[in-house]
Amino acid sequence: MKTAQQIARDVRSGESSAQSELDASLAAIRGRNEELNVFLYVDEAGARAAAAAIDEKVAKGDAVGPLAGVPIAIKDNMCQVGIPTTCSSKILEGWRPPYNATVIDRLVAAGAVPVGKTNLDEFAMGSSTENSAFGPTRNPLDPSRVPGGSSGGSAAAVAADMTPIALGSDTGGSIRQPAALCGLVGVKPSYGLVSRYGLIAFASSLDQIGPFSKTVMDSAILLETIAGHDPMDSTSLPEPAPSLSAHVEDGVVGKRIALVRELIEGADADVVASVNRAVEALKDAGASIIEISIPELHLGLSAYYLIAPAEASSNLARYDGVRFGLRVDAEDVEAMNTATRTAGFGAEVKRRIMLGTYALSAGYFDAYYGQALKVRTQMINAFQRAYAQADLLIGATAPSVAFPFGSKTSNPMAMYLSDVFTIPTNLAGEAAISVPFGTGEAGLPTGVQLLGPGRSEAQLFAAARVLELAEVGS
Amino acid sequence: MTLPGSWEMVVGLEVHTELKTATKMFCGCANHFGAEPNTNVCPVCLGLPGSLPVLNERAVELAMAIGMALHSRIAPSTFHRKNYFYPDMPKDFQISQYDLPINSGGYLDLPDGSRVTIERAHLEEDTGKSTHLGGSGRIHGAERSLVDYNRSGVPLVEIVSGPDIRSSAQARAYAAELRGILIATGASDGRMEEGSMRIDANVSVRKSGDPFGTRCEIKNLNSLRSLHRAIDYEALRQIEVIEEGGVIRQETRHWDENLGVTSTMRTKEEAEDYRYFREPDLVDLAPEQGWQDRIRLSLPAMPAERRTKLAERLNAPTPAQLDAVGVVIDLDLEVFVNAAIDAGVDPVLAIARTANELAGGIEGIKNLTPDAFTATLLMEQSGQLSATQAKTVLGELLAHGGEPAGIVAAKGFEQLSSDSLGSTVESLIAENPDEWARYCEGDEKLAQFFIGQVMKLTKGQANGKAVIAELQTRR
Ligand SMILES: [Zn+2]
Repeated sequence: MKTAQQIARDVRSGESSAQSELDASLAAIRGRNEELNVFLYVDEAGARAAAAAIDEKVAKGDAVGPLAGVPIAIKDNMCQVGIPTTCSSKILEGWRPPYNATVIDRLVAAGAVPVGKTNLDEFAMGSSTENSAFGPTRNPLDPSRVPGGSSGGSAAAVAADMTPIALGSDTGGSIRQPAALCGLVGVKPSYGLVSRYGLIAFASSLDQIGPFSKTVMDSAILLETIAGHDPMDSTSLPEPAPSLSAHVEDGVVGKRIALVRELIEGADADVVASVNRAVEALKDAGASIIEISIPELHLGLSAYYLIAPAEASSNLARYDGVRFGLRVDAEDVEAMNTATRTAGFGAEVKRRIMLGTYALSAGYFDAYYGQALKVRTQMINAFQRAYAQADLLIGATAPSVAFPFGSKTSNPMAMYLSDVFTIPTNLAGEAAISVPFGTGEAGLPTGVQLLGPGRSEAQLFAAARVLELAEVGS
Repeated sequence: MTLPGSWEMVVGLEVHTELKTATKMFCGCANHFGAEPNTNVCPVCLGLPGSLPVLNERAVELAMAIGMALHSRIAPSTFHRKNYFYPDMPKDFQISQYDLPINSGGYLDLPDGSRVTIERAHLEEDTGKSTHLGGSGRIHGAERSLVDYNRSGVPLVEIVSGPDIRSSAQARAYAAELRGILIATGASDGRMEEGSMRIDANVSVRKSGDPFGTRCEIKNLNSLRSLHRAIDYEALRQIEVIEEGGVIRQETRHWDENLGVTSTMRTKEEAEDYRYFREPDLVDLAPEQGWQDRIRLSLPAMPAERRTKLAERLNAPTPAQLDAVGVVIDLDLEVFVNAAIDAGVDPVLAIARTANELAGGIEGIKNLTPDAFTATLLMEQSGQLSATQAKTVLGELLAHGGEPAGIVAAKGFEQLSSDSLGSTVESLIAENPDEWARYCEGDEKLAQFFIGQVMKLTKGQANGKAVIAELQTRR
């Protein structure tokens, strides 16, 4: 399949058309969506109208954007006017947002063609997309295995060549981990780089929207399209979108890259081997490599499983049956609230709401939520010390390759450990990218994670590109 | 009202005021009372999934203005979420300020010279408005409930006083003075009947000198009269409970305006755990010094300062005159008083006519110009118009506008001057020779007799001073 960059170039030059690119995308979706359960909703009519509008513009010689005619899949936790948006939860079934997320407006302005909404773990809570109320998504590379999560649907859409690019959201690894498990590039941008307006919140201080793609360049183009200040998001960084695609070929000559012991600890041997090979490739490309330890990273998982559920318990309070989505009628308002939430939320969402409610409760706040905030500060300081020694850090994205369905569902803690390497970046509000590099068990892809301080995306793309070149040679 | 024995009430007030901004606190919807239900709403103030709040700068400015008028310290502050479920609160949490409010400390001086300390004045968002149909009008037992989200997200400042208030009259004076400040700063229209200022009262009682007793909070007092009555009722209730050997439980109570009683809403044990935590969708609020300075410079004079200034135009004012000054300031009518005094009207007369006649016809005040007011009072002062006539002219001006001279002519008030008054006085002298003789012998009290007679004959259209002048030329 063509990359987004190629499609946009061909559509602009008239060599191809947005409508024929869309046809190819819709054909691929028809081909495998039933088997893989990637898209919860395909907006064929809307996509056809958007593609036709692009072609008309090209025909008239009007300017079209950098993603002209590029089909894109959207994780179903981003609002799009009139399009069912469910967060893979029964509680939002049937709800159609009256407004667009900022990222949707920016994609459309750049000429991209949103084709539909992809499956996820309910409210983005999970690491396998098995927690969806609408059934799990299968990994296109091996349908007996999970695609990772929570953005498993968006990862699968790109891995199955349904769309060249997709948007996911990453709260604790929900883009990078499925990218690794599906053999894709996936980026968790610096907190505030991409507007969260219209992204249905899981944990507000951790959530970021980011790209999936097969190539490093496509992720760079997509990220620079959706990034930049948004007055509708108070936590949005003040500056306009950085130039990223222009830096993809910058290389790593003279860059200091640190292999972090804690970011490979406990990973499968094949994953560790891939990371070690990636380190060699970066060294060969001119980077200077050191090895460091950041012991604070061990605390990340526990802090995350207090902070994220605490925020979620408050963010998810609004699903009360009063104004939108599911309502289960009962005696009085309180009983209606309870009946609605009992019927509408899945087990993992309920587990986290209870965890978070407990962590914020009077008498427990200091011991749990308050303590987690202190750990978060320690984490930020520890990263800061690491970035005094190195420009970028490297480690594994996930401890293993894609795992079989059901292998972790009975043990939440085992599932939570899938994100042990990705969570620290979210806690620190920094940036990281997962690059497919090497293979492991059953020939499945392994992912290597590059981490950088806030606003280091250009450097991360350059380093990722070095690994891409080393792996595929083009 | 005085409490029995050596009992003393201890009261602290929490005043919620809606800020008079053009738009809501976290979105661009109009902040406007009285619109069709659910027309001033958007994804943000409806709490739709994915929406985010963006702080309204004007709300911050008005909050700072309130703090400055209350001598508070303006400090870097944060927003928190106060979590609880209620159908008129779309997010099921309220964005408020918690441990770090924008304004801390301060005080408010009352007209009687007492000072009430201010603990804090913080920003928060209002909820929607529920209407419960059927049942008691409360949510429990209602057949159905309707919610209007036009008010959802309207900016509020909550002003919390210290437990410094010792009587219902002082509580009322505090609320009235605060209302004047809110109006003067432009923060609020002070319309209690529209809910733009709502008061919760914390009331406890003690024997004077004892430590504070257990307090009860009375919710949502929507007029100064309710405030006054509810506090008195509650203090007496608590005294009765204690004197009968009972103890006061800390609880939230509801004021029933019709029955004139408070009743338990929820006890301390039933109080919600609000699970406050920092609002992650907003950044910290640290108004820079330059911004604060601009707000401080733009603040108009507060009511206390204006009262002092106006009172200075009176020579040794009586308590009644000071009350009249208070009325003039409360109603924002200084412009009339000042114009009249500057044109040579006696300050006592100018303030009296403003505090009585203009205050009484305040709904027509837009019909009256300071020039017309001044001209009328000058005619009264010169004797061209009697007091009654002057009041009639003012009433006419307030009701329909126009020019005083025209009204005087139309009413025929001019004919009463000089000639006709002179002949009226002469015929009265002729008819009452005994009284006239006594007056001529120096019994000044008889002047009142003649004035009374003239008034009777002229139906109150004569000027007392002019009558005396007529009498004296003939004595
Ligand atoms: Zn709104």
